[in-house]
Amino acid sequence: MQEYFKIKKGLNIPIEGEAPLIDLPDLVGDKYAILPQDFRLFSPRLLVQEGDKVLVGQPIIQNKLNENILVTSPISGTVTAIVRGEKRLLKQIIISPDTKQENKIFNIPTTLDRDNIIQILLESGLWVNIRQRPYGIIANPSDMPKAIFISAFDSSPLAADPDYLIKGEEDNFQKGIDILKILTSCPIHLNISPSRNKSNFYKNIKNVELHYFEGPHPTGNVGVQISKISPINKGDIYWYLYTQDVIFIGRLFQNGRLDMHKKIVLTGSELKERGYMTALPGISMHTLLSNRLKQNNVRVISGNVLTGTNAGIEGFLSYYDNQITVIPEGNYYDFFGWVAPKFTKYSPSRMVMNWLIRSKNKKYVLDTNMHGEERPFILSDQYDKYFPFDIYPVYLLKAILSENIEQMENLGIYEIVEEDFALPEYVCVSKINLQEIVRKGIDLMIKETT
Amino acid sequence: MNWLRSFLDKIKPNFEKGGKLYFLHSTFDAFEVFFYVPNKVTEKGSHIRDYVDSKRLMTHVLIALAPLVLFGMFNVGLQHFRLQLGLDIDSWGQVVKEAGFWRIFWYGFLRILPIIVVSYVSGLAVEFASAQIRHHQVNEGFLVTGMLIALIVPPTIPLWMLSIATIFAVIFGKEVFGGTGMNFLNPALLTRAFLFFAYPASMTGDAIWVASKGLDVISGPTPLALAAQNQFAQAPSLLTMSLGFTPGAIGETSKILIILGAIYLIFTGVANLRVMISAIVGAAAMGLIFNLWGANEYMQIPFYYHLLMGGFLFGAVFMATDPVTSAQTPAGKIYYGLLIGILCILIRVVNPAYPEGAMLAILLMNVFAPLIDHLVVQQNINRRKKRALLSQTIKS
Repeated sequence: MQEYFKIKKGLNIPIEGEAPLIDLPDLVGDKYAILPQDFRLFSPRLLVQEGDKVLVGQPIIQNKLNENILVTSPISGTVTAIVRGEKRLLKQIIISPDTKQENKIFNIPTTLDRDNIIQILLESGLWVNIRQRPYGIIANPSDMPKAIFISAFDSSPLAADPDYLIKGEEDNFQKGIDILKILTSCPIHLNISPSRNKSNFYKNIKNVELHYFEGPHPTGNVGVQISKISPINKGDIYWYLYTQDVIFIGRLFQNGRLDMHKKIVLTGSELKERGYMTALPGISMHTLLSNRLKQNNVRVISGNVLTGTNAGIEGFLSYYDNQITVIPEGNYYDFFGWVAPKFTKYSPSRMVMNWLIRSKNKKYVLDTNMHGEERPFILSDQYDKYFPFDIYPVYLLKAILSENIEQMENLGIYEIVEEDFALPEYVCVSKINLQEIVRKGIDLMIKETT
Repeated sequence: MNWLRSFLDKIKPNFEKGGKLYFLHSTFDAFEVFFYVPNKVTEKGSHIRDYVDSKRLMTHVLIALAPLVLFGMFNVGLQHFRLQLGLDIDSWGQVVKEAGFWRIFWYGFLRILPIIVVSYVSGLAVEFASAQIRHHQVNEGFLVTGMLIALIVPPTIPLWMLSIATIFAVIFGKEVFGGTGMNFLNPALLTRAFLFFAYPASMTGDAIWVASKGLDVISGPTPLALAAQNQFAQAPSLLTMSLGFTPGAIGETSKILIILGAIYLIFTGVANLRVMISAIVGAAAMGLIFNLWGANEYMQIPFYYHLLMGGFLFGAVFMATDPVTSAQTPAGKIYYGLLIGILCILIRVVNPAYPEGAMLAILLMNVFAPLIDHLVVQQNINRRKKRALLSQTIKS
């Protein structure tokens, strides 16, 4: 079954700093970090101590809420530091790699069934790569999902080229799909975008239902795709993964080893040199960027500019991310910035005179300035153009702010996660942090319903 | 402009917590952000934000209003000299010839400027005071409201009345609900409603306001007043009404400039097209129904005259579209606009006490907008529940 969906609502922000399709030399850093905050609904219990030797695939932290769920080390080496924040919050587990990498070996049985696949995925730590909707949290191994969704492309600003990520990994990808099929025996929806996924490989993948999506960001958000194919109802559980998660699973079952090497892309206007390289999650920004910054007043983001984490140059690549974006900090005063016509500043609206002179392919250096101050909701219809769901966004946000669980449920909280509100947040003239509100609402739902 | 920045940076500590002038911090903040968009960077969520803020949004409404302000000044002068010369309403060309363009404009300018100043000073005083009391930032919402108030009052309004009405409207229409964004009534219309009910003699009547000549007030009836008195034969021509050379509230008369303003607002994405169009459709439809009914002389006025008379068009473009007080849902906006148009003409034609229905129609619909939205949102909720039910039945 093939379906074609054309999504009109949304926006491709013309931000400067796209990476060309070239490979930069791979780097091995002197330190890697496991960041417990990368994992939603995960209360970490530390399984190693400072000075411990660890292998690739050895458990580092465990979820106190479900002790079967582990996060394992992507690298073999020595635990050199355990960084805690306020109230002893576990923030980073730093591992320094050995020169010779040693793997923990996982025995792959010849006949695979649901139980032994779950067992291997949990042991290897790859289970955390399978996430669920609603809520966007790590899937529960005892659940049987209604379907699995794989978004094979990322529409967010400056995102990696999907074909480049899968090149050379086609067999592992197919293997991953096959494993997921045995694991759940539910439909697997693979969503591609013909203008982005040009490779012929997708057409020959087995065990999936292929769907075509075309349109601006947020077309690549898996939540948008689910809402078009089979909207989430109360009680439904869907699992979702991205291309690289499937590849990791495929590799593990091909050769019995955890191999988390992935293609990452260095983007952003403040980099001297942009491109792709292979790296492990948790690699330090310092390793990647120390000689590549144009200047020092920058924001180093793990992920994209809409949903990424502010890692800082001393930070690390987050577990799920395959993109690093470096943009200028916007800590300047803008003289009459609220009223001057400003031909050179980009805005999707026609309220800035830039639309008069904007050519189609012009890219803009965008910084982190708020460009205004927070106000109450004023414009009621400005989010609609960027929000391709059958949901009234302002009403849902107000239900969250008033902590009205029933109303949140009625208005569609199950269908969205915070990334779906990133574009509305970008255009909001009232400068309200919508993603924060949505995350609070989801946390509240989880607390109240479990 | 570095000297300004360094001056602000130098005096800033005085207004911060613990500083000598802390009690004025909202005021300082208002002036600082007037000159400079702050250096605040994103902390949560999206790392980049659009270049537009709510100040810029409001500025665009003012740009759309600017031609109306200038024309209003000219028209007030024009009506004054016309009555002085004892000329017919359609003979504005002759008035300009005899009195001179700049003399006319200057007269109107001197009449209108105090009204604008009083409206802004009264309203902003309340805004600054309440921001200070609540330790909030001063909100820019009144930048638009202040101008709208000046444009919907008669040019002969006593300034003290205007001041009282503005203060009332800002306090009880907006601040008590929590300020801009929280109010459910349009504050500018509330000002006019206050004047209308508290001082009816100065606001309306059979023959309304034009301007004074020395101590003697000369008055001339508006087209709507003529219609209400069944003297529609004396009403100005369609051309005169479209161009706006008629007596009336300061900004409401020139329909052509209002339409230009509407196009600007829609093009920049500031105001909503649905509300405007559906209000006009509603008014035209109601006018047509009365035409077909035709029970009295007023009902027989061709429906398109209704669109050009009085404050309807101004209300539909600048008042009904107020994003805070209008319906919030896309479908709700259509019902809301239609009802405004229908009610406006209904009040005009059927209710003999009020010659103009736009103000009351919009205020009434402001009150009902949340109900309309509730019904629209409820449909969305029902759709979602039905979908869930359907998927459950398939499963079982």
